[in-house]
Amino acid sequence: MSVEIPKESWTGSVREVTLGATAEEGGTRTRTVTIGGETTLPYLHFEGSIPHPPALAIEIVDRKPDDWSPLLEKVWGEAMNDPAAWAKAAEQAGADMIYLQLSLTTADGQPNTPENARAVVRKVLDATGLPLGVAGPGQADVDNELLVAVAEEAKGERILLGICEEANYRTIVATAMANDHLVQSKTPMDVNLSKQLVILISDMGMPLERIVMDPTTGALGYGIEYGYSVMERLRMAALQGDKMTQQPMLVDPGAETWKVKESKVGEGVPESWGDWERRALDWEALTSAALIHSGADLLVLRHPETIRRVRGLIKALMSLETAA
Amino acid sequence: MALSGLEIYKLLPQTNCKDCGYPTCLAFAMKLAAKQAELKDCPHVSEEASAKLEAASAPPIRLVTLEAEGGKVEAGNETVLFRHEKKFFHKPGLFVRVRDSEPADAIQEMVAAADAYHTDYVGISLVLDGFAIEAASGNPATFKQAVAAVRAASKKPLILLASDPETAKAGLEAAEGTRPLLYAADGENWEAMADVAKGAGVPLAVRAPDLDSLADLTEKLKEKGLEDLVLDPEPKGYLDSLQSFTLIRRLALKNFRPLGYPLIGFAGGKEGVDETLLAGQYIAKYAGFIVLDSFEPANLYALLVLRENIYTDPQKPIQVQPGIYEINQPDGDAPLMVTTNFSITYFSVANEVEGSGWPGWLLVADAEGMSVLTAWAAGKFDAERIAKDVKAFNVEEKVKHRKLIIPGHVSVLSGELEEELPGWEIMVGPREAVDISPFLKAMWTNGK
Repeated sequence: MSVEIPKESWTGSVREVTLGATAEEGGTRTRTVTIGGETTLPYLHFEGSIPHPPALAIEIVDRKPDDWSPLLEKVWGEAMNDPAAWAKAAEQAGADMIYLQLSLTTADGQPNTPENARAVVRKVLDATGLPLGVAGPGQADVDNELLVAVAEEAKGERILLGICEEANYRTIVATAMANDHLVQSKTPMDVNLSKQLVILISDMGMPLERIVMDPTTGALGYGIEYGYSVMERLRMAALQGDKMTQQPMLVDPGAETWKVKESKVGEGVPESWGDWERRALDWEALTSAALIHSGADLLVLRHPETIRRVRGLIKALMSLETAA
Repeated sequence: MALSGLEIYKLLPQTNCKDCGYPTCLAFAMKLAAKQAELKDCPHVSEEASAKLEAASAPPIRLVTLEAEGGKVEAGNETVLFRHEKKFFHKPGLFVRVRDSEPADAIQEMVAAADAYHTDYVGISLVLDGFAIEAASGNPATFKQAVAAVRAASKKPLILLASDPETAKAGLEAAEGTRPLLYAADGENWEAMADVAKGAGVPLAVRAPDLDSLADLTEKLKEKGLEDLVLDPEPKGYLDSLQSFTLIRRLALKNFRPLGYPLIGFAGGKEGVDETLLAGQYIAKYAGFIVLDSFEPANLYALLVLRENIYTDPQKPIQVQPGIYEINQPDGDAPLMVTTNFSITYFSVANEVEGSGWPGWLLVADAEGMSVLTAWAAGKFDAERIAKDVKAFNVEEKVKHRKLIIPGHVSVLSGELEEELPGWEIMVGPREAVDISPFLKAMWTNGK
């Protein structure tokens, strides 16, 4: 019997977004990362094109964080005390991009300053040739103050500046536009809110080729299904031609999974949870894999082993053999 | 796919005789389409039309059931490709592989441990579904012994991996009284395997490396009278299983009957493939039965939770009843915390307080089943709501102090809450439940 393969034909596609700029492009990065461009649902190569694999970023912090899992401290070791060394280690671990998280305070407990943020970003840019993302600590006034300094320091590097939320995006978008950067547009697990913030940001004059959409990630066991389905719906809307949903999607399984009890705690938990390290690594990798299947284009991770495991999945999904 | 009222109408006698109790054939057809009437109410429908209508009303993916004394696994009857379109109905069964070439005592030890495995997730007990016993020895007697050894240690449903008809028969004898899945018929052995499956009255898996041969085989088996089939398109890794499972689901939902059966996926033993990640893909992408190569609690826990999450009804977030909950027998001086009634949120917080040993009062506000941040963003977890629930659940009679700990994520609410609740002090707690115990230790001084 000859089975006729049912192929979907979509009218829309995901926008291509390039992170980082090489010397020729006005920056100093040794490589750039392009994401997006899909014309069908994840990895159905037989009916459309998936021009770029999802990119994997590793999150580093401007100072050694107090609240990270001991398992992460074990694997990164001394590098956590120096963002430049950490960035280099992340590059060696196979990251496509470095995602730098700025803190509210410095290691000695003083409030973070624009000067310090500038200096850290400079160190990281000098230490690695990978494209960079930089996120503020998540407090509007501090974010704006630090990110303006960061954007100026990294002018022309096409870094990803975050995080734009509905309550605070204008300053970040303005400085990203003035200094040739991109922005991360984050909304709480809702298709319409996602779309609306992209519209607001683009209304300020930011080209759509410089907006990455962050639909918000829930960890396995802690709401992954909400993000998963919102991403599937956003991707279908994009392929159906809804222009303001066509941004590539960033997800953050690193931060989300490493803060849950399954990953953070090794003692006093049920025996049925199994080996702590294996469980914690499964939590990050399995969350990441599910989000790749629902359309993630850029994943921010924390553990090098997750990079290795998820990279194996991505390589297989991007090989062009088909079932059809 | 179900027929529309008009399509059904075309198959009816169209005489408007009213014998069915409805004024016209069209009205009756509409009731049939809405499943509010039954075809047998029409005494005049032709046999041919009746057969067509019955075939069309069968679900696009056949429901296949495996059963034993200790449980039941159902797969099939799915109606959508994406969970947000409605929901996924039957969670894929997770089975651990046992090889008959291993010594009987090793088999029993592993099976007993895996059989006893259970873990709690948001009040739901998660367990393994059963065992897949492989006739690796090629010897019917050895296989039969292995099945008996597994049965001695577990009463969960089984999958028998035996493609040689004699061996399969021997295994089925040891599993008598249960309804295992027999795996598998292929292009070579299908006639003999069909006889064995039919003789034992058990479902039969069918394997072929491409959709054309798979559809050919199911048609042949159907002609032989087998209805409960399970499909294995024999994927080698992530990509071809994603594509072939997706295509089979799509074809089935378009009512392509030869592939309208549940799928089985083997996660282990594939070169360059991470067993846990492939099993996770099978959960998200359409498997009905999943076979793991090993019993490893950490991996199993993660997979069981993923399965729960993906198969949650997207229209109905799992909620708990709003109210005031007592943890560790609190008295009037015990700390009072507030959170939302999204069940994951509730269980995360309640488990932490319970585990910390602190007696506590947990006020679960009616946030329409949303998590703290989502509810706050949607205006369902604001100062007004919390103040209303403090009064509605008589919190002021339960605690002697007037201190309320709110989640760190909604610290912005503290000012407004102090206005809404005069005489109360609002304390900003940690952002994550896991930090509750250290927070209480540092900040709570018996309400004073």
